[in-house]
Amino acid sequence: MPVLLPTDALLWLLVAAGAAFGVVSASREHLAAPWSRVFRSRAAVASAVVLAVFATVGLLDSLHYRPRLPSADPAAPPAYAVEVRSVLDALLAPLRTRSEKTYSAPLATRLFQKESVERPDGTTVREYPRLAYGGAQLRDEGDRGRDIALRAIAGLAGAVALWWLLVAIGRRTLARRWPRVPWGAAAAALGGILALAGPAAGLASGYHVLGTNQVGIDVLYQALKSIRTSLVIGTVTTLVLLPLGIAAGVSAGYFRGRIDDAIQFVYTTLNSIPGVLLIAASVLMIQVLIDSHPGAFETAAQRADMRLLALCAILGLTSWTGLARLLRGESLKLSEQDYVQAAHAFGVSHARILARHLLPNVAHIVVISLVLDFSGLVLAEAVLSYVGVGVDPSTTSFGTMINAARLEMAREPMVWWSLAAAFFFMLALVLSANLFADAVRDGFDPRVRV
Amino acid sequence: MLAYIVRRVLYAIPILLVINVITFALFFLVNTPDDMARMQLGTKRVTPEAIAKWKAERGYDKPLFWNGAAAGAGRFTDTIFFEKSVRLFVFDFGRAEDNRDIGNEIRTRMGPSLALAIPVFLVGLAVNITFALGMAFFRATYLDFWGVILCVAMMSISSLFYIIGGQFLVSKLWHLVPISGYAGGLDAAKFLALPVLIGVVGGVGAGSRWYRTLFLEEMGKDYVRTARAKGLAESTVMFRHVLQNALIPILTGVVVVIPLLFMGSLLTESFFGIPGLGSYTIDAIQAQDFAVVRAMVFIGSVLYIVGLLLTDVSYTLVDPRVRLA
Amino acid sequence: MRAILLLAGVLAGCTGVWNDPYPASDRGRNILYSAFTERPKHLDPVQSYTEDEAQFTQQVYEPPLQYHYLKRPYELVPLTASEMPQATRGRDGRTTVYTIRIRPGIRYQPHPAFVPGNLALSPERIAALASPYALPLGTRELTADDYIYEIKRLASPRLQSPILGLMADKIVGLADLAQRLRKFDTRRQDWLDLRKHRLEGVEKVDEYTYRVRLKEPYPQFLYWLAMPFFAPMPWEADRFFQQPGMAEKNFTLDWWPVGTGAYMLTENNPNARMVLERNPNFRGEPYPEEGAPGDAGAGLLADAGKPMPFVDRVVYSREKEGIPYWNKFLQGYYDAAGIPSDTFDQAVRVSVGGDVSLTPEMEAKGIRLRTSIDPSIFYLGVNWLDPVVGGDTPRARKLRHALAIAVDWEEFISIFLNGRGRVAQDPMAPGIFGQRTGAEGIDPVTHVWRNGRAERRPIGEAKQLLAEAGYPDGRDAKTGAPLVLYLDTVGRGPGDKPRFDWWRRQFAKLSVQLEIRDTDWNRFQEKIRKGSQQLYILGWNADYPDPENFLFLLDGPQAKVAHGGENTSNYENPEYDALFEKMKNTANSPERQAIIDRMVGRVRRDAPWIGGFHPVTYSLSHAWLQNGKPNNMARNNLKYLRVDVALRERLRREWNQPVLWPVGLILALLVASAVPAFMSYRRRERKMGSDQHFGGSHA
Repeated sequence: MPVLLPTDALLWLLVAAGAAFGVVSASREHLAAPWSRVFRSRAAVASAVVLAVFATVGLLDSLHYRPRLPSADPAAPPAYAVEVRSVLDALLAPLRTRSEKTYSAPLATRLFQKESVERPDGTTVREYPRLAYGGAQLRDEGDRGRDIALRAIAGLAGAVALWWLLVAIGRRTLARRWPRVPWGAAAAALGGILALAGPAAGLASGYHVLGTNQVGIDVLYQALKSIRTSLVIGTVTTLVLLPLGIAAGVSAGYFRGRIDDAIQFVYTTLNSIPGVLLIAASVLMIQVLIDSHPGAFETAAQRADMRLLALCAILGLTSWTGLARLLRGESLKLSEQDYVQAAHAFGVSHARILARHLLPNVAHIVVISLVLDFSGLVLAEAVLSYVGVGVDPSTTSFGTMINAARLEMAREPMVWWSLAAAFFFMLALVLSANLFADAVRDGFDPRVRV
Repeated sequence: MLAYIVRRVLYAIPILLVINVITFALFFLVNTPDDMARMQLGTKRVTPEAIAKWKAERGYDKPLFWNGAAAGAGRFTDTIFFEKSVRLFVFDFGRAEDNRDIGNEIRTRMGPSLALAIPVFLVGLAVNITFALGMAFFRATYLDFWGVILCVAMMSISSLFYIIGGQFLVSKLWHLVPISGYAGGLDAAKFLALPVLIGVVGGVGAGSRWYRTLFLEEMGKDYVRTARAKGLAESTVMFRHVLQNALIPILTGVVVVIPLLFMGSLLTESFFGIPGLGSYTIDAIQAQDFAVVRAMVFIGSVLYIVGLLLTDVSYTLVDPRVRLA
Repeated sequence: MRAILLLAGVLAGCTGVWNDPYPASDRGRNILYSAFTERPKHLDPVQSYTEDEAQFTQQVYEPPLQYHYLKRPYELVPLTASEMPQATRGRDGRTTVYTIRIRPGIRYQPHPAFVPGNLALSPERIAALASPYALPLGTRELTADDYIYEIKRLASPRLQSPILGLMADKIVGLADLAQRLRKFDTRRQDWLDLRKHRLEGVEKVDEYTYRVRLKEPYPQFLYWLAMPFFAPMPWEADRFFQQPGMAEKNFTLDWWPVGTGAYMLTENNPNARMVLERNPNFRGEPYPEEGAPGDAGAGLLADAGKPMPFVDRVVYSREKEGIPYWNKFLQGYYDAAGIPSDTFDQAVRVSVGGDVSLTPEMEAKGIRLRTSIDPSIFYLGVNWLDPVVGGDTPRARKLRHALAIAVDWEEFISIFLNGRGRVAQDPMAPGIFGQRTGAEGIDPVTHVWRNGRAERRPIGEAKQLLAEAGYPDGRDAKTGAPLVLYLDTVGRGPGDKPRFDWWRRQFAKLSVQLEIRDTDWNRFQEKIRKGSQQLYILGWNADYPDPENFLFLLDGPQAKVAHGGENTSNYENPEYDALFEKMKNTANSPERQAIIDRMVGRVRRDAPWIGGFHPVTYSLSHAWLQNGKPNNMARNNLKYLRVDVALRERLRREWNQPVLWPVGLILALLVASAVPAFMSYRRRERKMGSDQHFGGSHA
């Protein structure tokens, strides 16, 4: 039974809007020109490939359904589990279902803590028990090194083959259509990703590549699931941020006078309240609302999703002021331009002037800040979850992984793999977002020439 | 100038009022006074009488905004909102829910917050400017390229990792500084060394990049081209002309931050056990102590408005072409 | 050049450690270092009820009785009392009278309240004080009046005592006094002199004797006499702290305790640190001469007979985060670690060790681990009022039994507590009279005794029971709808997700769907009060080691929804209630054991609690800390501890040598990375120079 979570709907809406925009601007020269400048930079192409991979993972995780419960009686109406799963969950089913009892190190064959194991002869010893799935295929643990090497090489071989295939297809189709784009960088980035993913996939068939967490869930699986959360926060927030920021900024700059005063009052007030406090109080308030209406949500997943949505809305509501201020400045300048004055003189309505003259000319600022905000929001989520006012604890996100790692680092011996996994995935995501944002800014703002 | 400042101060008052209402509304939508009482009284054997007594002592037994039962002006003033908010304007913050005097507390905690924030600010500024200047000087060479990459990479790492990693390496593995804690006076140096280092390192990425952009923009201007055509050495151009002129937007940009230094860095103080205003705020949020939250929001807002005012004033001072209306 | 030599000299001179968080002047002194995670909110003995606060109040305040430090099971011995008070029946046969005689010659700690001049200070003088101890100090002898004054304070309208309700039901005249004081004290401006108000049930016999009259027999009253609620409070201290101007400086009894104990709280900054100093007027209580079997072998009787306390000063630092706390302990800057927390929501937990035994690295450092089972229980409760899982029907009972077998508490303890816990077989706690151990102590519904061990019944039996209850394979037999159960719990912490996943897995064993409704603490309490929970997790920490303190949690008249009591599952059974009334006032005897056995049998059959566990407190201490023994009932343990200062200094220095080579490496790298920049600069300047020389323009 498919389930449409609110954030899913918004995410797919954004994808559709982005695709529509892409199709429209491909045909219009003035819209496509800055983007072709962007994609002429190697860093942009490489980071775009990385982001595309992340986006694919996130979108696969945004198709939810409730699995059917097996029924002995075929005539009975189908019953569905309370659990909500996604397509990504189904694809990664081996990673999801093969959970151990508790912590285990990456590529380990034994649990991370000792247990009293009963030997067949009746004695009990304290030792590190063998994992149920990690390395279970090994009869002799001495073979572990060789087994790992074999699996990694098999995975790498598969990755290389896939890479050749994709590059060949790309060369024939994409490179012909857009020859000026440095596809070499894309191929290199893709190669890099596959070089990591291939062996990981190969090893994942027999081991827990990044170890397991406290209840034995594979850390690689957790990291992949966290991608969606970051994606949602980075993009859905803009759905709230954009309309508010554009409306406020452009009106303040265009209409001036009382409206400008009012809007300036609003955003000075909003900015004056320390951000964390505002976000914390709002999140707590939403949580209370959710808790007091348990009937409105059928499953815990829907409750958690509503909180994620609320967090996006709150982040949007608290961060539109920056965009508004930029747009106000730009609109003030644009309203003085000759063609706008002329349009006034001709009696053109405000709406038309805004739509035809102002909005298109501030579009580049909007795009730049959109892309720049993405990485900032992903980082903010980590800090907020750490403080305790981020996503619902049942949602996997990088912030909750770091938060859990905080307690794990206090263990003796230390459990480091959750933190390391969160670190690398976050770094990859945020770094590529930042590099892409830089390229977008350079492409859209031709005054910056180094 | 004076008239402008007075006008801005007057303008600030309605802002503070609205902020007060917003904070109040947000907080009391989350916690009813009953919840706050339970939070403070503990978990065992909490009776309804104890809760009623707690509420009565702190004035929470009145209605929130509007008291229909009172007469005349009492309808407005005999409410929780009025009683709790009006004294803020004379900086009387009252007592926290556990009866400690908030004003006293804030005064004691300001010291550690500033002791951490000011070095981070100053050292960070110096490091960022130096690094940015270096990158701008060596622009279009591989040094600039790698510098930018390094900056972006450092910017992409969450501050949490810097804190956790820094603490782990420097304090735990290498035993160079105490892991956490604070002491007054000169002893504070050994406790602040690592947090300051982490604060600076965490901000280098974003700060250097931004200043580099400013420097490059400045270097693209006409007078720089003239200076070079005149035959001035590159270093003279950089230090005597570009740096001084680029400092204007840099400094006016940082002036707004200065008052907020008082608020402290929430994460760093919490992790390093520094008893500053930042950790005070975090504790209050988690303990649902409204009185403290309200006080901190009020102070933060006042400081922000002061910062905005200082920014505008400094614009006038450094750039004689700007006149304040 | 000279600068480098100087630097080298300074570095060489720093043979000490760099990461010492304590002032250098404190090195080598007889100080005990510890930490606290939760800020103590009340140190006034009338209001203080949590363990974090008990850590401080029990060192300063001395009630008439205390628990013996070493003997187990816990037994009461006199502290300031000269002998154990005996209960005598009153004339009407119901009232019980306790006569408490205290030792003469006990003196209070030095405190400004005992200097008459300090009772009339001007607000300006007070505002200038850094701490109350800056004033001239005095002392006096402890009398029975002080104990009486404290009991009266329980009824004061200016304070909120959590036990006023309970004690008003027990002590004659206390409720009446509370009412009278409430009517009298309307102005709240000056000092409320409780000496002027009479408390009928407590009377002074002579300077060192007083009597408490209870409405009915209550043998557990002696346990309350060991808690700070019944410690002495000098009226001078009450008067001193209620002077105008004191509250503004946070000088209140809530923050500055005054007592006769071994230590006095001289520095109170609950956000940074708290310091207890040796009380110079302490009478020098001798270290116990006997203990539990095994104590002598463990070296716990080495100081027998010597006057306590042994440590001059105890410094508590505030540690909010687990990582710094744990690491500082490993570095030797805290002498002991492991703080039991009695908050049942998410407090900061320091997770330690892979299992009950220590890692070789810790053993090499000489760290010792001691465990003791807490007299507490965490349980999965069933709301008796719920139509699906609650109630006295055979269907619901079978369902509860099936769930009881399915929830694998042994696994829970192993994963989430690292083995530090024991599965609860009955609703009481270990170390308390009435609990049976071994084969007779197991819950036959969920366990069988095999191979000398309690083994959980196989899941197949649970499935069978579930089918008998009408839910074969987790589906309703009639409608085919899957059975969905709801677990209400407190969440909002980082460790929640793994636990919730585990819970779902347990119910999935029976193909039952589990929905977890986690909220914050306040919302959870609301649900419990209204009775809208279905399954829930709560805990209870013993106030005193008597079975009544646990079994009352299932007593009908204590039902939460109907009567506002502590019986959160709202379980009501007339047979159980009748037995409870009888058991309450029976002394520990085979007769009492028989009654308890019947009660436990009833509870196991009805299963209002589906299993649980008893947590184990671990305490880790360094080799230089002596005489430590975990004590769950009392916290006044500091006076018994001894620190081997020389050993501590030596080991700290050994473990904390600064590692300087990475710093050197980083500096070298930085210099190395600057070199190409420098060279490029030189090259450019030379090139510019040559260009200029040849007259070329360089734009």
